[in-house]
Amino acid sequence: MTDPGKPRLRRGVRLTFDKTRAADVVLFPEGVLVLNPTAKAVLGLCDGRSTVDQIVATLGERYAGVQEQDVTAVLERLKVRGVVEWT
Amino acid sequence: MDVTVEPPLGMLAELTHRCPLHCPYCSNPLELAARSDELTTAQWLDVLDAARDIGVLQVHMSGGEPLARPDLPELVSRATDLGCYVSLVTSGLGLTEDRLADLVERGLAHVQLSMQGADAARADAIAGAKAHVRKLAVAELVTAQDLPLTVNVVLHKANHDQVGAIIAVAEAMGADRLELANTQYYGWALKNRTALMPTREQLAAAEPIVRAETERLRGTMEIVYVVADYYEPYPKPCMYGWGARQLTVAPNGDVLPCPAASVIETLPIENVLTRPLADIWYRSESFNAYRGDAWMQDPCRTCDRRAIDFGGCRCQAFQLLGDAAATDPVCSRSPDRGVVDVLLRANVEPEDAPAFVMRGPGAAR
Repeated sequence: MTDPGKPRLRRGVRLTFDKTRAADVVLFPEGVLVLNPTAKAVLGLCDGRSTVDQIVATLGERYAGVQEQDVTAVLERLKVRGVVEWT
Repeated sequence: MDVTVEPPLGMLAELTHRCPLHCPYCSNPLELAARSDELTTAQWLDVLDAARDIGVLQVHMSGGEPLARPDLPELVSRATDLGCYVSLVTSGLGLTEDRLADLVERGLAHVQLSMQGADAARADAIAGAKAHVRKLAVAELVTAQDLPLTVNVVLHKANHDQVGAIIAVAEAMGADRLELANTQYYGWALKNRTALMPTREQLAAAEPIVRAETERLRGTMEIVYVVADYYEPYPKPCMYGWGARQLTVAPNGDVLPCPAASVIETLPIENVLTRPLADIWYRSESFNAYRGDAWMQDPCRTCDRRAIDFGGCRCQAFQLLGDAAATDPVCSRSPDRGVVDVLLRANVEPEDAPAFVMRGPGAAR
């Protein structure tokens, strides 16, 4: 049973590429997170319209071996940091 | 030196020391920079370029009151175009609907609004200006723009009893974050320490309220509580390490490892007009002085907490002991903890507090 809600970026959250660190980063009030490829892919699908199941399915079409618990874990960490919220 | 220096994450850009408020705990130095000493627009644009080049991703447009600079919109545009996340740290005075809309259009990402108390009578007395009602209106403008809002409150003897009401006001404002920061004693706050230092009873009364409200508001409004370090057994992890994450550029272009560092008279201060920012960050004596742990004395040198709190605050060590490399005397393991205990014993009840010396040019003498 996964979360029926639809994750989206909280207001004020911005994704960008940092050339100094050669990395994707997410910027938010008083915070900077350097994203690994998994987190970047997950965040890119947090559009407030897709459920966690749909995000897992979309990632599964793009990458081999996508595990639902990995996606849920990434989302939980981003929620704790105030980067995503559930609609 | 065997310390790996990482690129900086954030820059506090103190655009000016001019401010319509006169808060007695202001973190600006007692010797305020005059308008004629401020960097020009072109110089600030160069600072922003150089900061992004060395890795800065968070820019705080601060002061003083940054809205006092007519070129603020231009600076916000540049920082945003460079890919930085731009926060405006403001009293709110002078922020009209049109000015805010323009700044948002240019990419402003976040507003930090100061608040001095829970109601106009108390807050305006602390700010030394009629400001509180205006701040409530500014909060509405910010949330109407769908910008994240942080409310910044400095807690002290004259408003600690209002902490519950302050949380309620911030919640009603629609704030995403509330910083409740007990006063740190630098600059004007050091001068007003007796008038500002909360009592042990005040802190004990606030603690359960803050804890319960933090829990109640989880997911709605994040409460960040900064403790009163004089009362703590261990020092704060100041700046998460000297020259580790942040730099401050003062109105005149002085570059500081922390906003208060100009109090350390033994520190040679660099300036963006005379040395490139990258050189200052990576190679200057001031930024390297307390990086890593090779500079530490006993008991920090062998302490199991040295990677947790980095020996505490260098400015506090200098101000209270005259040695910026000493263990922060707040630490219970410091041989000089007695210096802090004497100050705590000499603290007075709110009704016996001396009058504030309000911040302003010439008021320090």
